Amino acid sequence: MISLVTNPIDVASALSYLQTDQAGALDLFLGVVRDNTQERPVDRLEYEAYDRMAIMEMQKIADEAHRRWPILRYTIIHRKGTLLTGEIAVLIGVATAHRADAFEACRYIIDTIKQTVPIWKKEVFTDGEVWVNAHP
Amino acid sequence: MSTPISVLLFGITRDLTGQSAVSVPVGEGARVSDLLNQLYQAYPSLSGIRSLLVAVNGEYAETDQLLTSKDEIALIPPVSGG
Repeated sequence: MISLVTNPIDVASALSYLQTDQAGALDLFLGVVRDNTQERPVDRLEYEAYDRMAIMEMQKIADEAHRRWPILRYTIIHRKGTLLTGEIAVLIGVATAHRADAFEACRYIIDTIKQTVPIWKKEVFTDGEVWVNAHP
Repeated sequence: MSTPISVLLFGITRDLTGQSAVSVPVGEGARVSDLLNQLYQAYPSLSGIRSLLVAVNGEYAETDQLLTSKDEIALIPPVSGG
């Protein structure tokens, strides 16, 4: 299950979606908005996505994870729009029979999302703003 | 003969140009690299970005890929999701 959402991410329903009798391990990764970047206070984040391509790229990552690990169920949910400190920006959930596969697949998915999925994050400070990773 | 090709812009490229899509005149048989050259000429501020990739119909494209006016083309500045 892959989605790009504007409303807050519902962790409980993602968790219950992952649960299955064959799964001995459920791994959940939550990416959360922090109140600072390199000690500069962040007021909020603004996420923007190229929706159609972002979904396609996330699906490719999930398919590759499926090829590499025996995944029983997975979910990838990414927020867009304006997010405040403490809000969940991304949820990755993986269910597998054993814990090593769940940890590895979950880490692969979040790490690859950050490299290839067309989603952009702008950090808004009290005295300015910056698109993350945009400049050398 | 050059035909205008529409390019979707996101993130910093949208801020720098002030537009969410731009129309770029490219010749028959134009490739991704030609489009990028045209964009850098029209919007010199884009050269301050760490890297710019082009997506064609929702897929990352190589610089030698041919473009047509029917393609959905987007400029992809460095991503920062997660």
